[in-house]
Amino acid sequence: MNTKTASFSGNLIEFHDVAYYINVIPARVIVSGISLAIPQGETVVLLGRSGSGKTTLLKLINGMLLPSKGQIRVEGRATTDWDPIRLRRGIGYVIQEAGLFPHFTVAENISLVPTLEKWDEPRIAARVEEMLQLVGLDPREFAKRRPRELSGGQRQRVGVARALAADPPILLMDEPFGALDPVTRAELQREFSALARRLGKTIVFVTHDLREALLLGSRIILLEAGHIAASATPQEFLQLDHPEVRAFTSSLSVGPGSPS
Amino acid sequence: MNFAVIQTSSGWIFFTEHRAEILSTTLDHLMLVVIAMTIAILIGVPLGMLIVQRPALRAIALGIASIFQTIPSLALFGFLIPIPFIGGIGKRTAIVALVLYALLPILRNTYVGLTGIDPAVLEAAEAMGMTRAQILWRVRFPLALAVILAGIRTATIITIGVATIAAAIGAGGLGTFIFRGVALVSDSLILAGAIPAALLALLADFLLGLLERRLRVA
Repeated sequence: MNTKTASFSGNLIEFHDVAYYINVIPARVIVSGISLAIPQGETVVLLGRSGSGKTTLLKLINGMLLPSKGQIRVEGRATTDWDPIRLRRGIGYVIQEAGLFPHFTVAENISLVPTLEKWDEPRIAARVEEMLQLVGLDPREFAKRRPRELSGGQRQRVGVARALAADPPILLMDEPFGALDPVTRAELQREFSALARRLGKTIVFVTHDLREALLLGSRIILLEAGHIAASATPQEFLQLDHPEVRAFTSSLSVGPGSPS
Repeated sequence: MNFAVIQTSSGWIFFTEHRAEILSTTLDHLMLVVIAMTIAILIGVPLGMLIVQRPALRAIALGIASIFQTIPSLALFGFLIPIPFIGGIGKRTAIVALVLYALLPILRNTYVGLTGIDPAVLEAAEAMGMTRAQILWRVRFPLALAVILAGIRTATIITIGVATIAAAIGAGGLGTFIFRGVALVSDSLILAGAIPAALLALLADFLLGLLERRLRVA
């Protein structure tokens, strides 16, 4: 508890030589040797193939997984020292299928964390309206709908609104636009890119789509088999001479569709 | 219904003449079912919630409940008679047996309902900082309610049927007519027990089905 103010280094999220194993015998290494620092306001994209450990890193940040080795610090405090509930309430989370609660209306979905945090009614109502407008949905039309009455793109918008509702400093996004059709995906990517710049949140974004990484990231971290293979700005990234980087960049030029 | 009409007019006359008795016996029967179902729900649903959290208990609880279901109902009533406290002749023993029968569908559906939820929904709930109790009560339970109710519906229909056999150990109910009818070779008496029991089952199925549809989401 007393470390809260003492050791805050300016990096909102820090990985110190982190490894994560699944504890079967023999132990299976999911990620290892991960060290990185994510300063306030940066959008870091974790890029990699399926199974490269992207989602694992995300879940290590909000304490849904705890490191087998090393330490992850969020706001200067190790995830193992945080009360997991408190930690997660301060971190927005968006996933591919949106994971909206089917028995809640759009408004109830968005107000979940503010409700858990016991905001008063008028403040919650105002916030829901603000969030819906932020993600481009008309509150009068959408607030009372159920998730099943939304399109895939609308669901993801609500997912983003829900993650931002309690104004968390950190946003974790796990292939949020991965299940959308290409047109809707491009639309949401553009809008989200503008939104991210405006909000100044610290964002960690997981994708296997290089185009998406180049568009959204202020930094791209390429993961390969649980290790960091490269870390660069989008401008630098395309010039890197690394086999896995070339594998991704060549996938860009092969087809007009998204690489997978 | 056709059976009663076709069967000679004496069948229908029997029904009208014994209207009061049939009605009170039907209510007796309903009481047995309601008491047994209430107890079975009060045990089955919380136990189902418990075995979601405690995998070690899961196999044991579901296994024991399954075993009760495999015992022929008449034999189960018989087995219970010599057991102290819960056994003996009469309503109490019958209710114990009915509870044991109703338990499996309720327990199994509670478990299946609570665990069969979209993993993305549970992941989001956890990631947003809901506690385990909040996830159980605000997410899992409401989403599982329709499935749990389907189990209760199945159990109710089974219980209405099995409760007719409870008359064999002196618990009363519509089985009284049926056993007496078998003994006296009277179709009218058998039907006086069987028809109300069938109607009760159909009615319960219909009403609980309505409720189940209302609770179903997505």
